[in-house]
This record gives sequence, structure tokens and C-alpha cells, in this order.
Amino acid sequence: MGKGKVFVILAFVLLAGVSAGYFVYSQSRPFQLGLDLQGGVHLVYEADTSQIPESDVDSAVEGLRDVLERRVNLFGVKEPLVQTEGRGETRRIIVELAGIIDPGEAVELIGLTPFLEFREPRENFEEIAQAGEEDPFQSTALTGRYLKKAEIAFDNVTNEPTVILQFNDEGAKLFEEITARNIGKPLAIYLDYQLLSAPIVQDKISGGSAQITGRFTVQEAQMIARNLNAGALPLPIALVSQQSVGATLGSESLQLSLKAGLLGFLGVLLFMLVFYRFLGFFAVVSLLLYAVFILALFKLIPVTLTLAGIAGFVLSLGMAVDANILIFSRMREELKEGKGFGSAVEEGFRRAWPSIRDGNITTLLVSVILFWFGSSFVQGFALTLSIGILMSMFTAFVVVRNFLNIFTGTRISNIKLLWK
Amino acid sequence: MNFIRFSYIYFFLSLVLLGASVASLFAFGLNAGPEFTGGTILEVRYQESAPSSSELRDSLGALSLESLQVQQTEENRVLLRMKEIDETKHQEILAALGEEAEELRFETVGPVIGRELRQKTFVIIGLALLIIILYVAFAFRRVTGALRPWHWGIASLLSLVHDLLLPLGLMAAISRFGFEFTIPAVVALLTVAGYSINNNIVVFDRVRENLLKRTGIDLADTVNKSLRQTFVRNMNTSLTTLIPLAAIFFLGGDTLKTFSLVLMAGIIVGFYSALFFSPAFLVKVFGRARSS
Repeated sequence: MGKGKVFVILAFVLLAGVSAGYFVYSQSRPFQLGLDLQGGVHLVYEADTSQIPESDVDSAVEGLRDVLERRVNLFGVKEPLVQTEGRGETRRIIVELAGIIDPGEAVELIGLTPFLEFREPRENFEEIAQAGEEDPFQSTALTGRYLKKAEIAFDNVTNEPTVILQFNDEGAKLFEEITARNIGKPLAIYLDYQLLSAPIVQDKISGGSAQITGRFTVQEAQMIARNLNAGALPLPIALVSQQSVGATLGSESLQLSLKAGLLGFLGVLLFMLVFYRFLGFFAVVSLLLYAVFILALFKLIPVTLTLAGIAGFVLSLGMAVDANILIFSRMREELKEGKGFGSAVEEGFRRAWPSIRDGNITTLLVSVILFWFGSSFVQGFALTLSIGILMSMFTAFVVVRNFLNIFTGTRISNIKLLWK
Repeated sequence: MNFIRFSYIYFFLSLVLLGASVASLFAFGLNAGPEFTGGTILEVRYQESAPSSSELRDSLGALSLESLQVQQTEENRVLLRMKEIDETKHQEILAALGEEAEELRFETVGPVIGRELRQKTFVIIGLALLIIILYVAFAFRRVTGALRPWHWGIASLLSLVHDLLLPLGLMAAISRFGFEFTIPAVVALLTVAGYSINNNIVVFDRVRENLLKRTGIDLADTVNKSLRQTFVRNMNTSLTTLIPLAAIFFLGGDTLKTFSLVLMAGIIVGFYSALFFSPAFLVKVFGRARSS
């Protein structure tokens, strides 16, 4: 390889390093912290699917998820996580809320069943509606408690998707009374305290079947039906696991692990300098670049940093150093056998490669398995470790190699004392 | 330095350590965390020093908590363990502990989830070991001559079992001091497995290279030369990994204590087994079988 190309590559890498460093340092895009580092609640609910037919389980669980998500959004937490887990009979819903919140309150609020409500206009409906200050509707006795089921249908005339609500006997009676006293007026349907639609009552409706036509798309109608089915016939959910970390403990852990990470990093750099001196200097430069690139990647992807993630990162530093150690040890051997500097560098990298490759592949394989394992602690660890391993190959084989190539054929390369 | 000369001492030492680990596992058992067994952990911190454990038991007595354990972790911190509880109970406990107790963390896991995680962990560990062994067999598939490919596989498998059993024995031995076998410990063990194989690969790689180059008078001599060549690398890599782990252990907070401890133990025994135990095994057991 020509010297010119070596310098171009190095200049490019250093430039990338400086900009990555600036990106890491800048506050414009902060690191994403996991629950254990900023405090928060992790809740696992299990849905009881034994009472509903198998074909309805998927939509019921999805409806449950949507309902929980709406509830969780009431907290105003940044990026709450609500996800479903499991197949077949065992269905779980995982809720993660970060930041300073009272876990007891969260559990209570989530535990409430979703709320469907019919509201009728107040007496002076027109005035209030025009003033727009108060809710012109008032609650009636008819709620989701009396709903038997909801399903999607298409209007005979307009072919628009509509949602059909089917009440039970009690609900049918209530609905008949309410429609009877509100003919010609709007009847509002609220779900979780939000207005869904307010159709005008044309006539007294008996038989316990209501129709919501809101000019919505098929998807919207499906979603409403789904939510109502979950709301009206809520799958009973049970809290099966709860983990919460106080915000103070979170920030303490963050401080401690940052201190540990930094100290460990400095320790490794010092070791490399003491043991490999001049060669070690290049290892230090490459490790600094390595750390900066990794941290920039963590921000960019973004990787949610947890204690496990930081541990994985610190461990990947060890792997990154290992690549350097393997190469340097081999280089020293080749030099001892009397080889010239250039061929010692080439041999060092070539001979160290199989070991580095095999070691990294086994660690990557373990990481993949860990990731598949699924628990968030394990995944955080596996993710940062894998990113670290891939990056370490780059810094060892591109950065260090090109640094050493600068010296090939120069007078410095003949000073044996520097490289031993 | 002649590594192979003391082979029988290594075997003896490893056997003693392995025996002690197995004995410790049987005698003390692993203190499995609530994520595996189902149960509750509640850690609180007091402004001043924490009340004594009997005072706490008294104030919680009315709640009739099943298998309650009270442990003071620091002067002003207390860790409560019990069976899994629901949110109402949780709030009742907090109320009983009073205003000055600040909840640091709370974890409650149902027995079903615990059992699932336990099964999953066994599957994962089994799968990881299988894949590692298959990879080693694959990497050394073309080795011919003195040693058969499965000789390398068995030697590294033994060394792997060795490197995993010793930290497990250590965990059992110190389980009484509050060290719990948790998910982080499992992750640490799997990482140890990766390191163990990595070390073995580096050494065996060198042996393979030297066998092909026909350096050394016999197998013992070739292996010995290879060990001398890889000794510095193995030592340095272990040291550079131990440095950040020690930093995590001493500074990193409770969650990572077990993790870093298991990993440090694994790396130390991994260093020993890759340089002393498994090459000696390769020479003395498989080398002998061939020459006779």
C-alpha cells in the first residue's frame, strides 16, 4: 500500500473520530437511559384468555394493549413502552414507564378497566356548545359495563364502515330510555373520556343494538370495535411481575457505573502504555477512537443504556485490547526472529487474524443467543457487546495497522528498542 | 519454563478444585434470585440509620408476610425478601415502614414467570455451549496428524466445564453472604464460556501451527513451545479484562457486583485452564493414547 493512501485513511479516521467526539460531547442529543439508570417501573400483566374463543385472542390482546397504552399516556412519561408478549394461551403485556413516578399510582391507574360511556346533551345544550367552555354533555347510566359485544359492519346504503354495539338486556333497556328522551338530539359516545362520535338520535331504539357511524376508515372502525370488545369484555388481567427502581438509586447507579467504566478504561490504557510503550501508544489512540465511535453509535442508533449495557461496553473494551495484544505479541515475536519491520507488521496482523476471528465469532454467537433470550438485562448486554466486538475489529485492523504502516521503511522502524 | 512437566500437579489441583466446587454446590446450593423462584425484594433507605431487624419484623408483623427475611445491606439500607405479593400488600408494607423509609427498588415476580425463566435459562446455556463446541470442531476440522479433531473438542469442552464449575462453586460457597444467583450471573457465566473457548482457541491455534511447521521434538515439546509463545498474550488479555471488571466490582454498585465477581473468577480459572490444564490433558491423555 502506498504511503499516500495510508495518510488519507488515517486523516479520514481521525476526522471521523473528532466529529464523533463532538457528537458524543454535545448535549443536543442525550443518551437514552434505561429504567435502572433513571428510575422507573417495569410491569408484566398476564391476560386471562381462557374465557374467549381462540380466534378472538389476538384482537382482544391487541385491544388490551391499545387501552393500556392510552392509559399510560395519561402519565405524560416520555416514550412509555407497552408491548405484547407470548403466543397461544399465555399472553402478556409489558408496560415500562421511565422517570419519577409513583409505581403504586401507575399500577392503580393501569388496573382500571377501560371506560365506555354514553352521554346525553344537557338541557341548555345549544348555549353551552356555542360558548364552548363546558362539556355540553352529561353522563348517563349506560356504560361499557352493559356492552355485550362490538363488531364492525358496513352501512347498507352508503357502504361506510360502522361499529355495531350490542347491549345486554339491562343495557338494552337503558338505551331505549335514553334514546326515547333524546330524539333529534346528539347522543355522545365516549371511550376513556374521549369523544368518539355524537350521532343524532333519529328514533327510540329498542332491541339493544346501537350503531356508531363516524365517517371513519375500515381500520379505524376495526380498532374501535377491538377496543370496545376489550373494554366491554375486558380480558381479566393480572399483574404477575413488577420491578421498580427509584430515581435516586437510578442516578446513583449511573454515577457509579460511569466512574467504574472510566477508571477501568484508564487502567487498560495505562497497562497498554506500560507494557507495550511505543506500540502501546497506538493501541491507546485506537482505543480512544474506539470508545468515541462506540459512544456515538449508542447515541445514533439509539441504544438504550442500562447497567448491563455499560457492563457489556466495558467488557468489549477488553476484547478490543485483546486484538491489539494478539497482534503486538506476534509482531514482537517476528521482530525477535530478525524479520524487518514491514514484514513483521504484516505477519503480526496475518497470523493474529485466525485467533481474533475465532474468538470474536464465538463471543458474537453467544451474544446472539443472549439477545434471543429476551430479558431486557440480557439484551442490553448482548447488544453493546456485539457492537463493541464489530467495532474493535475495525479499530485494530484499520486504525492500528495504518498507523504502523506509516513507519514502514522509515528510519524510526529500524530503532528496534521502540517496538520491543 | 516447562509447562508440561507439572501436568499431574495441574490435574490434581483441578480435581481438588472441581471436587470442592461440586461439594459446595451440593452443600450450600445456589441462592437463586427471585426472578428464578418467584418472590419479592424490597429495598428501602432511611435518612438516619435503619431500625433493627426485630423492630422491622414487629412493625410488619400485622401484615403476615410469608417467609419474610430482613437483611441490613448498609447502615441505612434494608433489604426485605418475601413471597410474591400484590400491589395492595406492597402499599401496606410501605405504609407500615413509615415516611422516612424511601423505596429504592421493588421487585415481585410470580412463580410461573420464575419457572419459565429457569427453564429458558437452561435451554440458553445448553444451546450456547453446544454452539461453541460445534464452532471449535468446525474451526479445527482440518487438523490432521497426531491429534484427531475431536481431541481438541474434548479438551476444550473439559476446560469449559472446568471454567464454569469453579465460579459456580464459588457462588454457592458465598451464597450465605447475600450473593444471589441472578440473571446477571447467568450472563457472566456465558461470557466466561466465550472467554474460555477464546483462550483455548488461541493456544490450540498455536499448537496446530507449530505441528504443521514441525517445531519441537515430540508433542509435549511442541505444546510447550506453543504455550511459551502464547503465555504473554493470555496473561495480558486476562489482566486487561480484569482491570475494568475490578473497577466495576469495587465501584459499580450492587447490581453488577455478582456479575463482575463471577466474571473475574471465570477469567482467572480460564487463564489457568487454557495454559495449564487443557494442554496438559491434550498431551498426557490423547498424546499417550496415540504413542502406545
